[in-house]
Amino acid sequence: MTAIQLYLCLGVSLWVLGSLGLLLAKNFIRRIININISGNGVFMVMVALASREETIDPVLQALVVTGLVVAVCATAFALRLSVAYAQSKQVSER
Amino acid sequence: MTDWLFDGVLVSLLLALAIASIFTKHLFNSIMLYIAFGLLLAITWARLGAVDLALAEAAIGAGITGVLLLSAYAQSNSDNDQLQKRQMPWLAFAFLILILIWLIQAVWSLAGHSTTLIDLSQQALPESGVSHPTTAVLLNFRAWDTLLELGVLLLAFLGARQLAIQPYKLPTSWPLLTVWSQILAPIIVVVGGYILWRGTSAPGGAFQAGALLAAGAILLRLTQIIPPLSWHSLWLRGLVLMGVSLFILVAAATAFWGDAWLQYPLAFNGLLIFSIEIAATLSIAATLTWLVVGERRTLHP
Repeated sequence: MTAIQLYLCLGVSLWVLGSLGLLLAKNFIRRIININISGNGVFMVMVALASREETIDPVLQALVVTGLVVAVCATAFALRLSVAYAQSKQVSER
Repeated sequence: MTDWLFDGVLVSLLLALAIASIFTKHLFNSIMLYIAFGLLLAITWARLGAVDLALAEAAIGAGITGVLLLSAYAQSNSDNDQLQKRQMPWLAFAFLILILIWLIQAVWSLAGHSTTLIDLSQQALPESGVSHPTTAVLLNFRAWDTLLELGVLLLAFLGARQLAIQPYKLPTSWPLLTVWSQILAPIIVVVGGYILWRGTSAPGGAFQAGALLAAGAILLRLTQIIPPLSWHSLWLRGLVLMGVSLFILVAAATAFWGDAWLQYPLAFNGLLIFSIEIAATLSIAATLTWLVVGERRTLHP
């Protein structure tokens, strides 16, 4: 087992763990954290694949740089949605 | 030997933090563990030779996502933040273990494959206008992706803007924090600028610099050193729209006068890439800052 294979397995495990959390959790913020863990697993697989040769594959790395920013935007939007939902529920309960 | 030790510790810490963050009882602890997970992830990227990513992750994964999660936690003030038990969790377990085995089998053989993209990008690097391969890919070879990504950023921003959520009152900040952020702010601006400028020849670039500047601006806003950011300020609108509009302008100009959409002329490509990067940095910084600490003007019926 090489270091790259170790990190590939770690990436896959993180993805599976995140999905498991997503299936089990009910709280919105928890679910968003779990999706993020899953996403980080995917990034891990991509980065590990990018560095499997002597020279690092810039295309895969650039894709992950792009993905990171998209992930944080999506997280911000999802969190806003969940906060808006929680607040509207509180208003309707009053 | 030390390599293996380091890898082993890193991998087990990451797995432990992920498991703890998913299964811990209280949501607040879960958020804290996720922030720690983000920091370790930045170290892992550096270990795997992705310095660009490590820089971005340190600012985004640990900084901005953490603030986002904590503020969402404070705003939604849900009482039932404890982990709830689902019925039949073993079914999910069994299903995902099968998927895990199948996926590990699938990725195992991938480690030995090689790709031709590395050689292609190395060959084209001298014509790209920059000397750092990742920046060349981001802003020249696959500029389309970056353009669309700035579009996604704008879309997330517009989506978040539509949602009216009650603003929360910032507590008066701790005096030491205020002083520290006043000292940190100019340093962050300088470091951000340096990372942006360095991006043409070494790890760094628009995304990393943008995330860093956003983190600085968020810190200043949270300590109430800068006034609330409202979408009604023309400055903010200009900054947010600047990246996409300059990028589209360049793309249209190259399509009209040049060879093709986003096919930069060889004489100007370095200059074009750098100006797009400056605009994109400011846009990313403004958008991320607004997404975290932005406020709507409250409407009075």
